[in-house]
Amino acid sequence: MTQLTLAKALNAGLRRALADDDKVVLMGEDIGTLGGVFRVTDGLKAEFGAHRVVDSPLSEAGLLGTAVGLAYRGFRPVVEIQFDGFIYPAFDQIVAQVAKLHYRSRGTVKMPITIRVPFGGGIGAAEHHSESPEAYFAHTAGLRVVACSNPADAYLMLRQAIASDDPVLFFEPKRRYHVKGEVDETASLADAPPMGVAATLARGSDVTLVTYGALVQTARDAATAAAEEGVSLEVIDLRSLAPIDYAPIEASVRRTGRLVIAHEAGQQGGMGAEIAASITERCFEFLEAAPVRVTGHDIPYPPAKLERHHLPDLDRILDGVDRALGRPNSLSGVEA
Amino acid sequence: MTPSDRDATGLLTRPDPFVQLITPTGDRVRNAEFDPWVADVDPEVLARLYRDMVVVRRIDTEATALQRQGELGLWPPLAGQEAAQIGSAHALRDDDFVFSSYREHALAWHRKVAPAELLSVWRGTAASGWNPYEHNMAVPQIIIGAQALHATGYAMGLRWEGSDAAAIAYFGDGATSEGDVNEAFVFASSFDAPVVFFCQNNQWAISEPVGLQSKQPIARRADGFGMPGIRVDGNDVLAVLAATRIALDRARRGEGPSLIEAVTYRMGPHTTADDPKRYRGDSELAEWRERDPIARVLAHLDGSGVDIAGLEREATAEADRVAAELRAAITTLGDPEPLSVFDHVYAEPNSHLERQRANYARYLALFDEPGAAEASDRAEGGVR
Repeated sequence: MTQLTLAKALNAGLRRALADDDKVVLMGEDIGTLGGVFRVTDGLKAEFGAHRVVDSPLSEAGLLGTAVGLAYRGFRPVVEIQFDGFIYPAFDQIVAQVAKLHYRSRGTVKMPITIRVPFGGGIGAAEHHSESPEAYFAHTAGLRVVACSNPADAYLMLRQAIASDDPVLFFEPKRRYHVKGEVDETASLADAPPMGVAATLARGSDVTLVTYGALVQTARDAATAAAEEGVSLEVIDLRSLAPIDYAPIEASVRRTGRLVIAHEAGQQGGMGAEIAASITERCFEFLEAAPVRVTGHDIPYPPAKLERHHLPDLDRILDGVDRALGRPNSLSGVEA
Repeated sequence: MTPSDRDATGLLTRPDPFVQLITPTGDRVRNAEFDPWVADVDPEVLARLYRDMVVVRRIDTEATALQRQGELGLWPPLAGQEAAQIGSAHALRDDDFVFSSYREHALAWHRKVAPAELLSVWRGTAASGWNPYEHNMAVPQIIIGAQALHATGYAMGLRWEGSDAAAIAYFGDGATSEGDVNEAFVFASSFDAPVVFFCQNNQWAISEPVGLQSKQPIARRADGFGMPGIRVDGNDVLAVLAATRIALDRARRGEGPSLIEAVTYRMGPHTTADDPKRYRGDSELAEWRERDPIARVLAHLDGSGVDIAGLEREATAEADRVAAELRAAITTLGDPEPLSVFDHVYAEPNSHLERQRANYARYLALFDEPGAAEASDRAEGGVR
């Protein structure tokens, strides 16, 4: 076991993937010589060479379009999008091509492409560097979407994503890149929990709290704070956004009767909407209150000095928990 | 280029010189640079090229007729572009990989795609007609220009593997305005990718004349991206063959990409859903009919002492046979199974989709015999 930051865990996962399969190719802007703006690909070009860790011209559409061609040829491209907000030029190639080619080709052409995206805010950045675009991709049939929340998951899930024959949007919580955690680099993929399962991180009996990415840590902190007031939260890290693993969420809601979903992305059409609808369908008789969503506002990501008013933090999550419990909360007596 | 070089529609009326080895009236034009690349093309080879063009023209008219008869939902005709497609097809090796638009039926046929496979997409029975790896030809592309990047990535892979195979990307004049095509030029150049960019400038992108896409001949763009550009008479099968061989040879020797602009004309509509009378006149069509790719080859062979009448008969007979196969293929294209809508969305099992499929199976079973819903339940394990 090693203590690694999330970024270093990703680095280790990439190193392992490159070593295990010479069809794996990393492509992205500044990933080679520089080692990536977050150093996630640090040292990999020196170790594996310029044709395995490829510095690409400045074009996201070019990155994904050539990745499609490489996949046609039998390669397993791992494309880095430098920041979440830069993914949109590649949107057509991702949604119209990567997502659909396996279907369109009736299963003859595989798109085993992993698209790594540092996402989310809380780093005081300039515009377009703090986005949460995951819902666009979770809504697109043919894509798998995952988000890691800790170094151990980062290491294993990235290797699983690369090994998957399906295209995977791999979201990395950039504000957690520096957070350390235990990583077992000897762990085999065969023994690891599948990429598609959700993880119950803290057992609780009063409210089920579901989230992913950077907010997982916030949710755990919220559970600690709530416990001090005698409220027991069950924290579930979704890990996979498409498909969603409902089994542990359902099992939990059948016990608690109350659900809170938290995400940085805006409310309308976000992952919370999907989970709220699905859980209502599946667990209606068990629900004591309507599912609660604690989300970013439906605004473009705000300037750095205002981001704390946009991002769900511990207090806003607890406010949502209060709403689920029918306790006084910010919306008590007010139309939701 | 001066303003007087354009007509009222913006169509470039004074093109840059382009390479032409056979004139519209069938005369051979000597070209020191290009002739060596087609030194092997004797009357027999030319006759083969002629027959291929006759056949693909016939496929095109037959498919258009089938659409008019309601057997196909849509057909994008290649009429007029036979030389551009057959000439370049002949230059390719079997292990080269073709990335095309939705109009390169001649490439598909030349790479042995069967009639039914050619038609299934247009009949709406399948999302794609053939296994790309059986013909080394990608699923045809509807998103304009996207295939240029795919071809480039494929070629980058070839280079990294040390293969001397090449990729070729077919796209039209309209596509050269798309970012993807320009980005492909950048990537191909930067990585010396063994890719041939084959632009069929057929003068029209639906109703938009090429002058709207480019103020200059398209081949000129190549220089800006760091690769050679060759402008050929796209209706001259010999010039197209030569140019494509030159470009492929460059690619195989590690010298990177080339851009070929094959100047041709879309004699038909954009698709069977289009009405070209709304944006172009008959005089233009008449002008281009004089430059027909097939007639000129026949005229040239006539001058070479070939039995033209016999050749025409043979080619027509072959075309008739293929047309009959096309018609017969329609009867094999029945409606696919309803639940197949869920097939191949993912390569690996997907819990969300499996559940949805099971639910839809139960729904469909409601329209079958009583008890079918329960049977479906047991079979699929479907739950809400």
